[in-house]
Amino acid sequence: MSTILVVLESQGSNLRRASLEAITAAKSVSSSVIGVAFNLSEQTLSVAGEYGLAKVSNVTNAEVSSYSTVAYAKAITEVANSSNASTIIFSATAHGKELAPYVAVLFNAGYASDCIALDNASGQITAKRPIYAGKAVETITISTEKKVFSLRPNIFTATKAPTSLTVESKNVSISVGTTSTVKNTIRNEGKLDVLEADIIVSGGRGLKAPEHFHLVEELASAFGGAVGASRAVVDAGWRPHGEQVGQTGKTVSPNLYVACGISGAVQHLAGMSSSKVIVAINKDKDAPIFKVADYGLVGDVFDILPKLTAKLQSIK
Amino acid sequence: MNILVCISQVPDTTTKITVADNGNSINPQGVKFILNPYDEYTIEEGLQLREKLGGTVTAITVGNVSSQEILRTALAMGVDEAVHVLSDSKDAFSVANDIVDAAKALSIDLILFGRQSIDFDSFQMASTVAGLLEQPIVTMVSSLTISGTSVSTERDVEGGKEVVETSLPCVISVQKGINSPRYPKLPDIMKAKKRTIIERSSVNVASRVSTVSIELPSSKRAGIILGDSDADISELVRLLHEESKVI
Repeated sequence: MSTILVVLESQGSNLRRASLEAITAAKSVSSSVIGVAFNLSEQTLSVAGEYGLAKVSNVTNAEVSSYSTVAYAKAITEVANSSNASTIIFSATAHGKELAPYVAVLFNAGYASDCIALDNASGQITAKRPIYAGKAVETITISTEKKVFSLRPNIFTATKAPTSLTVESKNVSISVGTTSTVKNTIRNEGKLDVLEADIIVSGGRGLKAPEHFHLVEELASAFGGAVGASRAVVDAGWRPHGEQVGQTGKTVSPNLYVACGISGAVQHLAGMSSSKVIVAINKDKDAPIFKVADYGLVGDVFDILPKLTAKLQSIK
Repeated sequence: MNILVCISQVPDTTTKITVADNGNSINPQGVKFILNPYDEYTIEEGLQLREKLGGTVTAITVGNVSSQEILRTALAMGVDEAVHVLSDSKDAFSVANDIVDAAKALSIDLILFGRQSIDFDSFQMASTVAGLLEQPIVTMVSSLTISGTSVSTERDVEGGKEVVETSLPCVISVQKGINSPRYPKLPDIMKAKKRTIIERSSVNVASRVSTVSIELPSSKRAGIILGDSDADISELVRLLHEESKVI
């Protein structure tokens, strides 16, 4: 069985959940799975062992002391080559989506991005991925011997499978010419990002004016989730672009997505239709958002949102 | 500075998609094709950089004959030249090789892409081109400043933004928020129709990925639609808690 190398990412001092999902997904198509990480502590990496990873190469070169696409790509390729891996799996995070195609070039591999399913039934890995704004799903194969995949976060389930983990500190031999450097990271202080949230409550034009958005914020807070927005209200200047969910905004797949006063244009659906559970609240019973919803409340957002917020607060 | 803006023609988002008889492509009949929405920002950014720093902006697309239409849009917006690489729709890797071939021939300093094309949403062309050229890459850029050969960007990441610095030559993919694309004026649209589009042939690199099948997603949603009474709201909370177990 050919070896799969999983690229591990951290979020603060924890491994990203998407990385754990990638470990489980890799193990579902190969019995030989190893990991690569950059400058992570044994403590942070120990979780990878809980999810069944037996070996991680922790790259500690000076060139990779902070994120740099070219240096990371070269180091990942070097680790893959030296460990005879034939397949590399990334999470389709901001860094993962930037790195994976670059690595695919250096690794002489074909690349399938943002996959939502992997299958090895035929002895060759096939992947499914959404296309045309989620209106269709394609099944693809990679014809090169070496392969690179990235997996959409929060689609694959991370399953515990405790094993004894060996972390190998590694200084890889790479020559990095011109590169890029992250000078600064500006965190959205005190605000949960839609890309990191398990629950998202989004508001649209049905809120009628920016001063009514507190209804969405309060509901999001009652759910313990993040605030999202439709393109209409972002273009109108009610909400920042960082909150926009949809085609020209962010693609999210939280456990719960609550759409408030959003009609459900296909551009919006493109960004959220892979959410696990979708709730729609809209006064127009024929709004397209109800066609993708698990649960819907037909009614006035001004009436429903405060009641739903109060109900959630009362059961906590 | 010579800037290459890479653009693509895609089905309009609102177009109804049907699967062709071969099972691995879509029926092109009745599909309205448009300039990829992100590429409006790409073209605009190229033009604004030229206005500030001088140099040339060349638009390029790889595709069939009908994709020349978007090059005319780019010319109407103000790019200096438009390059068309005639190619059957192959995979991203082969398209990237055609772009790299043109970029080398045109002595390009900066290659701009849109964040993603909305047909295959694969988010890989910019990084693949950068990888082939072994140049730095910054994707999802919402702010771009160039001074001499220094490049400073802001890009979206989970939970915030990163300030990323690099230098020319490099590859950048831009997204909404970086600028407000101009609308071409009617006289410019008319003039663009008469312009000569530079033809280049494809380098015909073999595809690495192939589509086995395309399916329309089947809805697995519960589809329980309630009203707005207090009982309905309580029922929703119960469903989320007991059935879906998401709260």
